[in-house]
Amino acid sequence: MTDRNALELNDLSVAYRVGRRNRAVLRNVSFKIGRGEAYGLVGESGCGKSTAALAVVRYLPRNGSITGGSIALDGQDVMKLDAEALRRARAESVSMVYQDPGKALNPSLRIGRQLTEIFELAGMSGQAASDKAIAMLNLVRISDPASVMQRYPHQLSGGMQQRVAIAMALANDPSMLILDEPTTGLDATVEAEVLDLIAQLRRELSASILFISHNLAVVSNMCDRVGVLYAGMLVEEGSTKDVFNDPRHPYTVALLRCLPRGGQRKDQGRLDTIPGFLPGIGATIVGCAFADRCALATERCRSEPPPLYELGGGRLSRCHYHDKAQSLPRATPAEIAAVAPKQAPPVLQVEGLNKTYASHGRALRAVKDVSVSLRPGETLGLVGESGSGKTTFARLLLGLVPPDEGGSIELEGKQLAPRLASRSEEQVKAVQIVFQNPDSALNRSHSIRHILSRALKRLGGLTGKSLETRLEELVRSVRLTDRHLAVKPRQLSGGLKQRVAIARAFAGDPRIVVCDEPTSALDVSVQAAILNLLADLQSKQDVSYIFISHDLGVVRYLSDKIAVLYLGRIMEFGPSEAVFSGPHHPYTEALLSAVPKLDRTESSRIRLDGEIPSAANPPTGCVFHTRCPRKIGAICETQEPELSEAEPGHTIRCHIPFAELARLQKPRAVEPA
Amino acid sequence: MSATDTPANLPTPDAATQRSPWGEVLHSLLRSGTFLTGLGIVLFWIVCALFGEHFVPYDPLADDIINALAPPSAEHWFGTDQIGRDVFSRVIVGSRDILTVAPLATILATIAGTALGLVIGYFRGIVDDIVSRILEAFMAIPVVIIALLAIVALGTSKITVIVVIGLSFAPIIARTVRSAVLAERELDYVAAAKLRHEGALHTMFVEILPNVIPPILVETTVRLGYAIFAVATLSFMGFGIQPPSPDWGLSISSNYGMIGGGFWWTVLFDALAISSLVIGVNLVADGVHGAFND
Repeated sequence: MTDRNALELNDLSVAYRVGRRNRAVLRNVSFKIGRGEAYGLVGESGCGKSTAALAVVRYLPRNGSITGGSIALDGQDVMKLDAEALRRARAESVSMVYQDPGKALNPSLRIGRQLTEIFELAGMSGQAASDKAIAMLNLVRISDPASVMQRYPHQLSGGMQQRVAIAMALANDPSMLILDEPTTGLDATVEAEVLDLIAQLRRELSASILFISHNLAVVSNMCDRVGVLYAGMLVEEGSTKDVFNDPRHPYTVALLRCLPRGGQRKDQGRLDTIPGFLPGIGATIVGCAFADRCALATERCRSEPPPLYELGGGRLSRCHYHDKAQSLPRATPAEIAAVAPKQAPPVLQVEGLNKTYASHGRALRAVKDVSVSLRPGETLGLVGESGSGKTTFARLLLGLVPPDEGGSIELEGKQLAPRLASRSEEQVKAVQIVFQNPDSALNRSHSIRHILSRALKRLGGLTGKSLETRLEELVRSVRLTDRHLAVKPRQLSGGLKQRVAIARAFAGDPRIVVCDEPTSALDVSVQAAILNLLADLQSKQDVSYIFISHDLGVVRYLSDKIAVLYLGRIMEFGPSEAVFSGPHHPYTEALLSAVPKLDRTESSRIRLDGEIPSAANPPTGCVFHTRCPRKIGAICETQEPELSEAEPGHTIRCHIPFAELARLQKPRAVEPA
Repeated sequence: MSATDTPANLPTPDAATQRSPWGEVLHSLLRSGTFLTGLGIVLFWIVCALFGEHFVPYDPLADDIINALAPPSAEHWFGTDQIGRDVFSRVIVGSRDILTVAPLATILATIAGTALGLVIGYFRGIVDDIVSRILEAFMAIPVVIIALLAIVALGTSKITVIVVIGLSFAPIIARTVRSAVLAERELDYVAAAKLRHEGALHTMFVEILPNVIPPILVETTVRLGYAIFAVATLSFMGFGIQPPSPDWGLSISSNYGMIGGGFWWTVLFDALAISSLVIGVNLVADGVHGAFND
């Protein structure tokens, strides 16, 4: 083996041609990935991460071109390869895994066909190729490869699909593996499995990895070294540990501060944000690209572009004041007015709520016997993997789908009709929602003014002058300005669109707002601003939230109570702190353990085997027994445990007694020998 | 004032990304050769329909029995027909009727089809099942048969032709609108409208309709091509536009007996005119389709 680098980018610049102008997307990016090394590329959307990956294999879109610099794969200049050599390089030495495995696999071919094809192309015959395909599926820890080979992609879960995609990427034994957001869009438990798999494969194979992610925690767990991209420029580089623990560029410092960390909660202070916006694609940058958003910026930053300063120990920072980066003042003050806990009667009381769908002649119980209560100004966090019934529960509350007979939903002591159409105007405006995807939630044909005025008219019952006055207030309360009113949703960034959606939900002074993954489509800095906004609105208006998110850090920040759902059943319900700090239900324990942590302080790792069972055919006894790492025996398979009170207000659905759970889940170090 | 209270800034507008969606469509239409060619042809015929009678060499209706069936010459570029009318003049002016009847029929089809498609796509369920089956049954009957029946019952007039073609094309447009609405109604803004207790009419026409305009526009231009063809067919059969209009279909119908005698010019130029208009409209339709689906 030689000591050539697996990948070397030198001063790489890439531009996209938009409207007859070349717009720079990558600006003189240089980095090296050594053999067997995992290099992470992080940054917010629009900073050029994916473009860098595409440029490596020269897969840029048609309007993209490499305007300068060079790329060397294994010492071979990719720019100089002719079509045939490029094809060979793609086939033999580089592989890519994309974000959406559903799109990377051909929906009309069986998995077996797609996998063996790769080996047949490499010249293997039928049987040998199919043996090799099975070996690959074994490599990615698929337990029943023969049956998976016979299936079509849509018959596999997202996690399985991504494993197959990884198997395909590894099939040619690449020297360079490019992973572009490989776990974004997967459940935390599945994400943990896929990340474990990638980590294991790294030890078994020699491949070098370029790992692209917006999720800092994921990168910190997976990579040896990390590069931070901002506006198409590498602004900081170094070993993962150094960069995340001791960042030397204000952008990295600010990014890390946007994340709710270490169990931070809304009553302990606001999250920090990054003011302003990423420079537009192809914008002319004088001085430091981050200067406009940086509180440390001086005249020098605005006029003199900083070079990549070498800080020793393989660390680089593109900041004139890298030694002071960590003294970056907060953009958002942390302090908040203390809210005294109230003992008001519950605003929402749900008793024995059920929802059964008919699915191919079988009953699918999407929500089973759910009871929760919520006081004014409180947030109920709903947690669970996809398919656990979180969204169905929210839709039942909203009246978008009617629940089964029998259960009851009470709003401020009054029964809510099952169907939206039979609810009173008062009740309709009292329960509103902020959807996950603002592109779908805001009508793209209407102006922001139309969207908000209509909501004020219908929900607030306002017209004329009073509507105008209230509109102004509403717009200001979500920190938008008059200028935003005239535009259509597409002219706003994701974060601004979500503010409009929040404003719309608040138009009729709601009592309860359902937030269905409101920040999952947003970058961390924008997410922080939205979470702050939600917390501020809550403390001002005493509104209650039902907060659905797969990001437990986010749920923990905003929630006062947590309900953990599995197959439509509440497995655990209680005050946020009690649920998070434990002792908790084994399922909650597994969910928490799956969350990638920035500080790599994992004590024990609990991984769930297999997939969430179908709600149309749930396991007997405790529905979680098929995956439970703490299963105690036959009782789990035959008898469904009751939701029993562990501590006052904290209930757990498990056969293991609370004291025993407490003993089992005690951190090892504290356990007496 | 704390930083939390500062309003979020609007990102700096960027010329390329700030163009409105319609502006973008217009921009790509004006760069599409297909669209511009088609538009050229269609505009040519529209100008002929509007102002043709002022610049044609002869009165298209004036007969001249002595010069009947004269072959193309410097005097009569396209020759004369069996009663000596100048074919060139008739072809130029002949677009007038077809260019009123076909577009009006298409507009009728679009309005009726859009309303129907919105209703069945939005309500789905039993309404959709029943109406869709009826529409399918309706579409199975050839337009010409429906037209013949209607004209026999109602008598020949331009209005009848417009109504008949309009109604027989409506189900096709309804089907296109329905499938666009089915996708649209699943979006969260429709749920948001329900959560404001909006009525079905508001949701259909104010919320959903503006978002399904692009497929409607494409389908309408495609239908216009077919409508022109259908109008010409009906005229040819004698059930549409009536003499003495110099309409192309009508001219072909009254002259095609002459082809056997070698008098090809009495039919060829009208036929070419019909084809060129249909091709022109189809090129426009292609261009519009491309502009919306880029």
